[in-house]
Parts: sequence; C-alpha cells; structure tokens
Amino acid sequence: MLKVKVNNKEVQVEEGLTVLQACEKAGAEIPRFCYHEKLSIAGNCRMCLVEIEKSRKPVASCAMPVSEGMNIKTNTELVEKARKGVMEFLLVNHPLDCPVCDQGGECDLQDQSMFYGIDKTRYKENKRYVPEKYMGPLIKTHMTRCIHCTRCIRFATEIAGVEELGAIGRGEDMQITTYLEKTMESELSANVIDLCPVGALTSKPYVFEARPWELKKTESVDVMDAVGSNIRIDTYGWEVKRVLPKINEDINEEWISDKTRYACDGLKNQRLDTPFFKKNGKFEKIEWKDALDILKKKIDVTSPNKIAGFTGDLTNMETSYSAKELFGKVFKSPHLESRTKNNFIDIEKRQNYIFNSKIKGIDKSDLIILIGTNPRYEATMLNARIRKTYKKNKSKIYSFNNLGDLTYPYEILNNSTSEIKKIFENNHKISKEIVNAKYPIIILGHEILNLQSAKFIFEGFQSFLKDNNKINENWNSLNILNLNASSVGSYDLQVLSNNNDTLHKLKSNFFDVIFLFGQDDLIFNKKNEFVIYIGSHGDRGAEIADLILPGAAFTEQDGHYTNLDGELQMAFKASYPPGKAKEDWQIINSISQIMSEKNLFDNKKDLINSMISYLNSNKKNSFSSLFKKEFVDEKISVYPIDYYYSNVIARSSKTMMECRNLRKRVNKTGTEG
Amino acid sequence: MSLKKVNKIQPDNFEFNSNNLDLAKKILSKYPADKMKSAVMPLLYLAQKQNDNWIPLSAMKYIAKFLSMPYIKVYEVATFYSMYNLSPVGKYYIQVCTTTPCMIRGAYKLVDVCKKKISQKEKELSKNQQCSWVEVECLGACINAPMVQINDEYYEDLNTTKFSEIIEDILSDKKPKSGSYRGRINSEPENNRITLLNNKNA
Repeated sequence: MLKVKVNNKEVQVEEGLTVLQACEKAGAEIPRFCYHEKLSIAGNCRMCLVEIEKSRKPVASCAMPVSEGMNIKTNTELVEKARKGVMEFLLVNHPLDCPVCDQGGECDLQDQSMFYGIDKTRYKENKRYVPEKYMGPLIKTHMTRCIHCTRCIRFATEIAGVEELGAIGRGEDMQITTYLEKTMESELSANVIDLCPVGALTSKPYVFEARPWELKKTESVDVMDAVGSNIRIDTYGWEVKRVLPKINEDINEEWISDKTRYACDGLKNQRLDTPFFKKNGKFEKIEWKDALDILKKKIDVTSPNKIAGFTGDLTNMETSYSAKELFGKVFKSPHLESRTKNNFIDIEKRQNYIFNSKIKGIDKSDLIILIGTNPRYEATMLNARIRKTYKKNKSKIYSFNNLGDLTYPYEILNNSTSEIKKIFENNHKISKEIVNAKYPIIILGHEILNLQSAKFIFEGFQSFLKDNNKINENWNSLNILNLNASSVGSYDLQVLSNNNDTLHKLKSNFFDVIFLFGQDDLIFNKKNEFVIYIGSHGDRGAEIADLILPGAAFTEQDGHYTNLDGELQMAFKASYPPGKAKEDWQIINSISQIMSEKNLFDNKKDLINSMISYLNSNKKNSFSSLFKKEFVDEKISVYPIDYYYSNVIARSSKTMMECRNLRKRVNKTGTEG
Repeated sequence: MSLKKVNKIQPDNFEFNSNNLDLAKKILSKYPADKMKSAVMPLLYLAQKQNDNWIPLSAMKYIAKFLSMPYIKVYEVATFYSMYNLSPVGKYYIQVCTTTPCMIRGAYKLVDVCKKKISQKEKELSKNQQCSWVEVECLGACINAPMVQINDEYYEDLNTTKFSEIIEDILSDKKPKSGSYRGRINSEPENNRITLLNNKNA
C-alpha cells in the first residue's frame, strides 16, 4: 500500500494504480475522454491533467503510476487553467451542432465543456471537415465531431478482437476508419457507440429517434441468448427505442452484443395484437371470449394425454411455471416440453445443466476446451470473456471443430467421440493438461448433448474430473453451454415431458391439441392437430396455428430468467402489450378459469411466490435414467446458428435482417484478397 | 499537409520480385520471430521502390499477410509517413529542397522550372507519366545548395539551365549524372583547397 495525498487528504492505495485511480479513491473527480477502465491507457486527450508537487508541468493522471508520498492537487488554479486550455483545443475543430447531434444530452464533451471549459471561443479560422465513413448498418459516423480519443480502436483490437478500426493520417488530419470503409465484422461492434465520448459514432437505427431525457429507462435482462446480459431498456410511450448495457461485472461487464442491442426494433413488427382463429385456411380476428370458448370446446372432446404443450426459447419462468401448473392441474397431461430436440439432460442436480465455472470464473481459467459449441455465436459475451482470459493469462484453448475465427487462436483436435473418450480415459495428451491445469474449463455445447453417446460422454467426463479433483467445492470445471434464455429456468422448473417421449409422439402425429407457448422452432409435419399459439410475434409458430392468443414480449411483462450461470434474474416491464394482447400468465390463468372455473393464481405475486417455493423445494425426478448410456463413434458437428435470425424478435427486426444480408454476402464473396 | 489520398486506379496484384523477396527476408531476420511487425516500414519502402515510387493497396495487403498483421495497421503506417506515396508519382520522383539555405540560393527558381516543364501542381504526373515533383524540407546537403533529389540520387549546385537539362533528360527516360553540377567533388571548395593542405588524411 502506498500513502499519497490528494488535495491534502491522505489516502492509501495499492501499488500499480494510476494517479487518476488514486484521485477517484480519494473522491476527487477528474474529467477524462480517452481513459476507460476496461481499455488500455492511451493518454492522448490530456483532459485529466493534475498538479503533482515537485513536477514542473501538469501531469496526465491517467498514464502516471502513483508512487509513495505523492502530493496530488486537482483543484488548484493551474489545473483549472490547464483543463480550460485542453478543452479549448478539443473544441477548436469540434462543430457546434449539439442541437442536431444524437449524442446531445448524454455527451461527455458537452457535459465537461459546461463544467470545465470556457464560455467563448477565440478561434476564428475555419474548422476542419472530415468526410463520413461507412461502418456498416449499425454505426452512424459523423467524423468531424471526432476528438481522436481512440477508445473505439482500442475496444476493437482488445475486446472485440477484430483489428479493423484504425487511425489513418496524422496530426489534425488524423481520421478514424475501418480498413477501406468496410463493415466491422464483430458481434460486439456497436459497443463503440457507448464508448465514443462525443457524437462521432452514434447508433444508426436510433438516428434522430428521441432525446435521452424524454425516455423512460427500465433496467432489465436480455433474452437473446442464455448469458442474460444486464440491459437498460429505453422506451418512449409504448415503443422500445433502444437497448443499452448495464454494468454487471459477473456477466456482461459493460458490453452487450449487437443482437441484444438492435433486435429491439423487432418488438414493433409482426406483432399479434388480437386473437385470431383460422377458418378455411384464413385467419379471422375474434374476441377473447370467443377464442376461449373455441378452446374449451376443443379440449373438452380431447383426452388428456393427447394434449401437448411446448414452451419456447424466450419464455420467462412465470409462463413456464403457469403452463406447468395448467398441464398438471387442469389438463392433467404429462406432455409439456421445453426442448426442441431430445437432447440429453440430467436434472437431478443443478450442476448437471448449468455453466458451473461461472462466466466470471473464465477470467482465471488457464485451459479451455470447447466441445460441440461455437461460443462466438451461441454466447457472444461469454466468448468475449474467453478472449479476455486468453489476452490476460495466455490460456490454451482447444476445440473439436474448426469454428472459423473466434477472435482468439485455438488448437483444433480430431473431431470424433472416440477422441473425447480417450481424454477421459486418460489416454490423450490433453488429459495430462487438464490434470495439470489449475482452473480448467470444459464447455459442452448443445450439439454434443444431441449425440447418441451424450450420456456416456457427460458422465465419463464427470467421473474423470471428479477423480482428478477438478470438480470440488471451489471449482467445477464441467460446463454446459445452454442456447436459450429460457433453458436453465425450464430445467429448474422441470418443464420436461415425464417419459421423454413428447417429441417422438409429436413427430408421429399422436397429439390432437398442441399448445405452443412462444415456441417457433419445432420441426414436425402438421396433420390434424389443433395448434394453439400463445406468443408475441406472428412467426413460424403462428403460421401453423389454428388459434392465436396474443401474448407479451419480454419487455412487456415482469418475468424471471435464469441465465446459464444459474443466476436468477428479473426482466422488468418497460412497456405494455399491444392492442388486445395480454401478459402470458394472464392468458394461462384465463384458460384455467374457463376450463375448471378456477384461477391458477390470484395475482402475479401469488404466482411468483408459488414459483419460488417450488424452486426452493427442489423435488427433482431422476430424468437421466430415460437415456441410454452407450458409446458410438460419431462425428461432432457444430451447425452454425443463424446469428442475426435466431429468435422471433430478431427475425422481425429490420436491423438484424440488414446485418444478416450483409454478413451473408460477405461470406459468399470473401473479403480477403 | 492534408490526408494523403489513395489512388483510385489500383493494380490487382502485388508481389515482391525475387531480388526484393531475398531482401525482405534479410530484413525480417533482424527482428525476433514474434516481433515481425517491426519490419513493416522497411518492407513498405521496398515495395515503394519496386513499384515506381508508390505503394498500391495490394502491396499493403501483401505486406500485411507477409508479416501476419491486420491490414489496417499497415494502412495506418503508410498514411502516417509523408515519404510513402499512395498514388503514382512516376518513374522519376523529383524532390526539390526549399528549406532556407536552398531557398536563399534560388530553390524557388527550380520549382518554377518544375512547374513549367513537368506539371503545375505538386505530385502531379508529367504529360508522359514519367515523373512528378514535390517540395520537401531540408535534405541535408545545404553546402551544395540549391539541390534536388531524384529517386535515390542527389543533384547539387544547380541553376535553372542545368536543372532544365536534367529534366529534359528525365523526360526522355535518360538517367542524368548525379552529384555537383559545378564540378565540385562532393562538398569540397570550388577552386582547390586552401586549408588543411599539410594533412595527408584530409
């Protein structure tokens, strides 16, 4: 610990901190543009100048390591004058277009010039003009406003792992650009918008949409993947205008993926706002009462075990739980399923289906093995963590598939299950590495759980790791990477068919009535089934439906989600369902009301209490005994998921569509050459 | 100074010729294996020399792949330094020194000759696409002022007539003799030495 004085106040700080961090610890705020905790230090904006005793000139505090006995002053006349000077220089070439700038109201430059700058200009010459740069469909550029802090460049190279942004030219003519103005090929690209302290990089889909002070801000969680990034939803009336990251060091730090950020315009399109009934192959608008009557008539003539229900990838736990109660208590049917494939899952213990090492735990890992998963597209934020640990610890990373660019180098292993078998039989060079590693991480993707030998591999790994003390109280190195926001929550709630046969029976057209709770990804040939779709968007599920009951999207109802870490989080209501649509649990409640003249739950609170007590009761069936433990020599294939097209909200989003088209074209023609 | 413009017409391919490839490998061997990027500047210069004094985009890509570094990083370096040309400047690239000593000895008269004989503007190709000229800062040959540099050679002690002849030669693709144009040996006094006469080594 070092003793330093900040404005005559003594503080103790750890060694290796910068003067700026020490000042922050002492409670002295220092203005800055280029400095950012998560990025490397550049020290080029000069806004953080402070006075240090025995130093003749003001010092850039962000780049100066703190040393014993420093006497730092941040409120002297010299500092004030220095800040004013820097501010004046920064504004020399900065246009005075705040009234038409999208950053206005949340602009670092604007705020700091109000606070630290001077109120008039002495600069009479012409300002510099910089032509706009194309950076893809997400980022709008206005490079005249750029103050060359290089945060965006550092983000792209260090965190996103795509070295595509750079500064060309020099001095006054320096310009930030991508190589020959190509689109940034990263799923994290839009974070540079948040990083930009001025209005040089702004959001293209959000251009001139709203001012920050007019928006209602709701803190929530993201449902685009199982990571459960923490987000802030900004709404203007009903409309969700934009989604921003919220800091959560355990999950997403302060970044979010482009899909999380920009799929929100899908909440405006293709919405189901009134009940529909299919008559002679055409959908007709009907009233709620009629819809429920039709439903009752249909179910009354159907035997309970011919009714099946499927919950979807974005379904919150409240909906899953009420569906479970509906099927258990009202329909008395055993066929409620949350998966789309009969993949292996052992729900007896929670550690059998979550990411045990935790996303935060990746930071200290020294060996990562990817089996049947492509984290770049399946869990973008998790992939960013792997890159972080690769950068920090130089961790070794292996994959059984060639996954293309993952933003970090990895070694490709022989792609077959017999190779995996060798590892946990201690017959492989990696076995030794696992044993020697301090914090190894083995990530099993969903593709591996679909294999015939899934149970064999999972349990084999488990016992191998247990034998070598890699699964203990402090560290559990066996992880399952779930794909969907609802996965872990559904497993926690045991939304799985009792005999693991629902999906087989669906394929053989066994059922008469099928409920789809926001489930759009089922693959089956519809014959005479009566399909009821309860969900928010008119997509694949609604297309095959006979009766549509309009529900709410994740931004329009309070709901819990459990992320792949096993962290229970709540998505808050930021907006309300459109038209006659209702919250999902209300729909299920009214189905129960009409079927049995009894509400499942009195109110939402009752539902949540009941759900939490169910989660705590922890009565789990042994589900894994339904799977055969056998070894088959198979190839592991990772099918690339259609990143910008993976759920109903993304499929309805114009922005995502644009990204997808762009990426497809790029893949076809090839960029190098 | 303004941002250098990249030429619109670009060749499709660039590769070092065998001679330069050997040179490039020699340059690379000066750096540790994980610090190959450091060779980007000499390699860019090599590419510029091979390609008539300018660096096309394909050469930048070629060098980026050669050193396994991102394209943008090579592009950054190439746009930063004023001695890399990103658009054609002709087979003969004339750099006229106009810093104070040369200026006093009539460098601007040489500039006028360039304007008349080659092109009105700096870095503009002559009619036969063979050469272009540019004003530069001190080239360190003040004692022989005024002087110009054409590709790798210095042409010193010039006046307008002599410089006109040099340009005529260049335009007809003849390489003129380099060095002093008043008969001096390097920077020795013009009419025999008057100092250090007894010193054998002088």
